[in-house]
Amino acid sequence: MAYLEGKNLVASYGVVPILHECSVEVEKGELAVIVGPNGAGKSTVMRVLLGMLNATSGSVTLDGKDISMLSTQDRISHGLAFVPQTKNVFPSMTVEENLQMGGFIRQDDINETIEEVYALFPILYDKRKQLAEQLSGGQRQQVAFGRAMMTKPSIMLLDEPTAGVSPIVMDEIFSNILDVRNAGMAVLMVEQNAQQALNIADKGYVLVSGRNEHTGTGKELINNPEVRKKFLGG
Amino acid sequence: MTSDSIDIINAFALLTNFVLLPALSYGSQLALGALAVTLVYSVLRFSNFAQGDSMAFGTMIVILLTGFMISRGWTISGIPTALLVIPIAIVFTAMYLLTMDRLIYRHYRKIKAKSITIVMSSIGVMFVTGGIVRFVLGATAQKFEDGERFIFSVREFKAYTGLEQGIAFKTSQFLTITIAFLLVAFVFYFLQKTKTGKAMRAYSDNKELALLSGIDPDKMVQITWLLVAALTTIAGALYGLDKGFAPQQYHLLLLPIFASVIVGGIGSPIGAIAGAFLVAFSEILLTYAYKKFLIYLLPLSMHPSSLVQLIGTEYKYAISFVILVIVLLIKPTGLFKGKVIVDE
Repeated sequence: MAYLEGKNLVASYGVVPILHECSVEVEKGELAVIVGPNGAGKSTVMRVLLGMLNATSGSVTLDGKDISMLSTQDRISHGLAFVPQTKNVFPSMTVEENLQMGGFIRQDDINETIEEVYALFPILYDKRKQLAEQLSGGQRQQVAFGRAMMTKPSIMLLDEPTAGVSPIVMDEIFSNILDVRNAGMAVLMVEQNAQQALNIADKGYVLVSGRNEHTGTGKELINNPEVRKKFLGG
Repeated sequence: MTSDSIDIINAFALLTNFVLLPALSYGSQLALGALAVTLVYSVLRFSNFAQGDSMAFGTMIVILLTGFMISRGWTISGIPTALLVIPIAIVFTAMYLLTMDRLIYRHYRKIKAKSITIVMSSIGVMFVTGGIVRFVLGATAQKFEDGERFIFSVREFKAYTGLEQGIAFKTSQFLTITIAFLLVAFVFYFLQKTKTGKAMRAYSDNKELALLSGIDPDKMVQITWLLVAALTTIAGALYGLDKGFAPQQYHLLLLPIFASVIVGGIGSPIGAIAGAFLVAFSEILLTYAYKKFLIYLLPLSMHPSSLVQLIGTEYKYAISFVILVIVLLIKPTGLFKGKVIVDE
């Protein structure tokens, strides 16, 4: 059984069905990517895994334990962390305060974790007294990752981390994501830039209309002629 | 009196007595009220029209408790009794504000109502609160200051300095300026340095992310109302000690308070305080009659015959509005880059 597993998830917004028996899973130290056309339910999978939207059926398990009934906040204290697509920092707070807020629920000393984040993203140490809103897009994304890492999560969920950024910043962000994975975490991300994301992914899911259309390693999916034709622009 | 010569020292003694000290204390009172409005706006996302009447409510409790203490003879000579009862009055005001939140505002938060809807409901709370105050205390003005009235009086000042123009420093002015300074310092320390204060700023910055960080929204709302209760009660009590209590007067305080908040930049605590002093000084500088001041400064031949008052005191509330309009036209975000009100 995989570390985080969403199994046969069915979910809808009101009466509009979004997910039909969709399954995803990710192991520790692994980067899994969900790609697919607009409206395929990619972000919805994430919301269901986080408990921000309740599934009508299916289950979410973390390390073998069923967490389907837990609230978002409880899932976060169980090791899930989430970096939303937009509005993922506290703009009028300093970098350091952003990290402190990330560790808000922890009762123990969080300074060590702050040091770890600085070690992973050295630029944040230099900018620790600056307001998050004054940082560049890539640096702000690092703050967003850092904030999410403050609970010492075992798995990070990222919602379109490269949406609306320049290609250079995109490379920077992808390299950040690999750093996070190499630090031993499980990473599951939803991505629009399918080609680039699958290139670095250990595992990929192609979602269409809320169903698993293709599943495989990043390489397999990129080399799959059907996936290439339909989703990667030939 | 050497009215034919120029007398700068007396001119400025005059200005200190009639402009500087009154404006400093009025500004401090407005600053506390403006800080309360800013906190509510930042955390609860609405402009609280009930602020002026909430100050009247807090002051009402102070007046009732003061009366009770005096009737029992529980006073300390020299110190206004009102000062002693403020902590208890804050507790009552906090209970009242939290009740209003539970009965009214919480519902609108739950259904994610637009900001303007909550603003309208706060106008309802304003009328109810004003009604309660008039029901309990009546609509007439009253004074509740006891104890020593002056730190030093005009007579003492004159005797000490030998100046013709005296300066009186009222106890209420001294208390207003000192307490406002300490309270503002405390609020800033709380917001900048404590974990709960930072969480409040985080919640104000980005609610969804605050939730994802495990910050409890209900607790943030409660702490906000507690702070607002303290600011509101103290601002009301100090204003009442300084100028006497009248429900209508407090109701109208809403105008200069809103002007302060918007001038300073909505949602910016430091802006609210700067805005408050700007409004207070403008009001008093523009409505002061400069005749005597100019007589001190100008040679006899140039002495003014009129009052040299730029605007009549009856128009003082218009000044807030003029400042407001100018700021909104030139710099809508206020002096300290605040937020522009939009529904998200």
